[in-house]
Amino acid sequence: MNNGAVVKLVDVHKTYRTGEMEVRAVRGVSLEIVRGEFVALMGASGSGKSTLMNILGCLDRPTAGQYFLDAADVSKLDRDQLADIRNSKIGFVFQNFNLLPRTSARENVELPLLYGPQRLTNPELRAKADAVLASVGLSGREEHYPSQLSGGQQQRVAIARALINGPEVILADEPTGNLDSHTSIEIMGTFQQLNERGITVVMVTHEPEIAAYAKRNVVMRDGQVLSDSVVAGRRNAADEVKTDGAGSNGVVK
Amino acid sequence: MRVGSTINVAFRALRRNKLRSVLTALGIIIGVAAVIAMVGIGNGAKAQVEAQIASLGQNVILVFSGSTTSSGIRTGWGSAGTLKVEDAEAIRREVSGVVAVSEEVRSPTQVAAGNQNWLTQVLGESADYLDIRQWQLADGASFTPQDVRSANKVCVIGRTTATQVFGNDDPVGQVLRVKNVPFVVTGVLTPKGLSALGSDQDDVVIMPYTSAMKRIIGGTTLRNINVQVGDARQLPAAQQQIISLLRQRHNIRAGRDDDFTVRGQQEIADMATAQSKTMTVLLGAIAGVSLIVGGIGIMNIMLVSVTERTREIGVRLAVGAHGRDILTQFLIEAVALSSVGGIIGIAFGVGASRVLSVYENWPTLISLSSIVVSFLFSAAVGIFFGFYPARKAAALDPIEALRYE
Repeated sequence: MNNGAVVKLVDVHKTYRTGEMEVRAVRGVSLEIVRGEFVALMGASGSGKSTLMNILGCLDRPTAGQYFLDAADVSKLDRDQLADIRNSKIGFVFQNFNLLPRTSARENVELPLLYGPQRLTNPELRAKADAVLASVGLSGREEHYPSQLSGGQQQRVAIARALINGPEVILADEPTGNLDSHTSIEIMGTFQQLNERGITVVMVTHEPEIAAYAKRNVVMRDGQVLSDSVVAGRRNAADEVKTDGAGSNGVVK
Repeated sequence: MRVGSTINVAFRALRRNKLRSVLTALGIIIGVAAVIAMVGIGNGAKAQVEAQIASLGQNVILVFSGSTTSSGIRTGWGSAGTLKVEDAEAIRREVSGVVAVSEEVRSPTQVAAGNQNWLTQVLGESADYLDIRQWQLADGASFTPQDVRSANKVCVIGRTTATQVFGNDDPVGQVLRVKNVPFVVTGVLTPKGLSALGSDQDDVVIMPYTSAMKRIIGGTTLRNINVQVGDARQLPAAQQQIISLLRQRHNIRAGRDDDFTVRGQQEIADMATAQSKTMTVLLGAIAGVSLIVGGIGIMNIMLVSVTERTREIGVRLAVGAHGRDILTQFLIEAVALSSVGGIIGIAFGVGASRVLSVYENWPTLISLSSIVVSFLFSAAVGIFFGFYPARKAAALDPIEALRYE
């Protein structure tokens, strides 16, 4: 059913009420994202893209409308049920990485496993975390603290953390916002590689050149979808890194 | 099912902030150590007093001359001179269960031997006195009932008197001049230490009461009568019998006050221990306050910690932690801090009381119950003061928490 749609929004509304004021952040968005897509969600600040992202990430519930994640309606779930959905089906990547300070890369990556349904022993946790860290090119950095890693490396630790529970979809909120342009290309390369492995990626960005790495761009304005188009002339991070001569550091081989 | 990994999470978080964890636990460490040491000191003092009371002898009733006046002001034990030697004889004869009686007079008196002299306490007693007080001789022998009947000039002396008057010489068989009357020392007593009231019990010369009354102190009345009963269960009946016997002998009409005072050993023990009990409670209360202050310290740090770690909580919620997981994590952190602090505090408290008893000669007594109670109390402090910050953390909204700067 849903012809393979991982994410399906049906006329979703979100209204905030602060005292007398009523803010209609999202006003009737319907959207379908199928497995294996790489979507960039764009729009100016105040366009409702962050609110939509919170709903997609099950951090927030729509005021009206329906949200099907992996064919299950999640728009009416309670706090703890949403937490379980986030744990098993969604991987988050944040602009400011949001790694735990003074905590090794490995322990940061293990974090979602600690709240998962399986009870793993410390060696099992460690083996899983190390494998995922290796898949994003961070072998040998398992014991490093975030403060000992570069911005790009920290973001890849965050990506490893998002991947550890094998999510249906990765939600990245301005993942390159705190990175220089060269590192941004590397991170986009990592996302493209993951996407080629079949992982669905939804990324919020306001930079068109970053959105050009995605396969599909959805532009929002005033809480509604303004345009939804396939990217023409898609950029390939792996090629750019090669011609850049900086090597393929960090890109999955 | 998640408790195991939550404990893991909590300990990881504590390890991440080692200095802060140690400082927070310090409040509890000091509190618990203070409780353990203070209660140890208080109990030690109580035990010492109890031991001193026990050294009075077992199943002993003390009869003092003089009484409580109607206004409640007591004129002092032995001050009124109402007890006669015949009263003691009557008690010996007529009160059931009595196994030993000692007539007692006492007076501070100057004694001398050779070129040494010394002001000491002269006690006149019967030959049973040392048995009643369970007081052994270190050397020599006691005076005999025959010595008492004949008012012989013999005495036994305490360790302090022996050292002060005879120095390193063996006093047994030597002559001790008591108010210039020569007495032969027949024995030296084993040391008994300080009394419950703080006086040196070994600074004493004990002689037959007949000799003391006739040759040293003069007078015809006794200061008090020591009565020993064979069985503790006979004590109340014996006490009653003594009272009615003496009232009858002293012709005291019904409704008038006694001209003597009868004290059971238990009453004396109660009076003496009441004071040290008060001290224990007071010390314990002061230490308990410091434990509560330590608990508030934990709450303070946990609240700061919740604020400072808002983003961390946001991340945890985002990757699937339930509110309950966050609550448990922060509670475990608080309880871990307070109970680890409690264990260290117990070690410090026991150590401190050891040091006090070894170097300052304070008697201390650490009871298992004070250890268990203060450990449980410190863990409870962790739960109590950790709950509010933990609940605050658990109620955070993940979106707000992630955005928190």
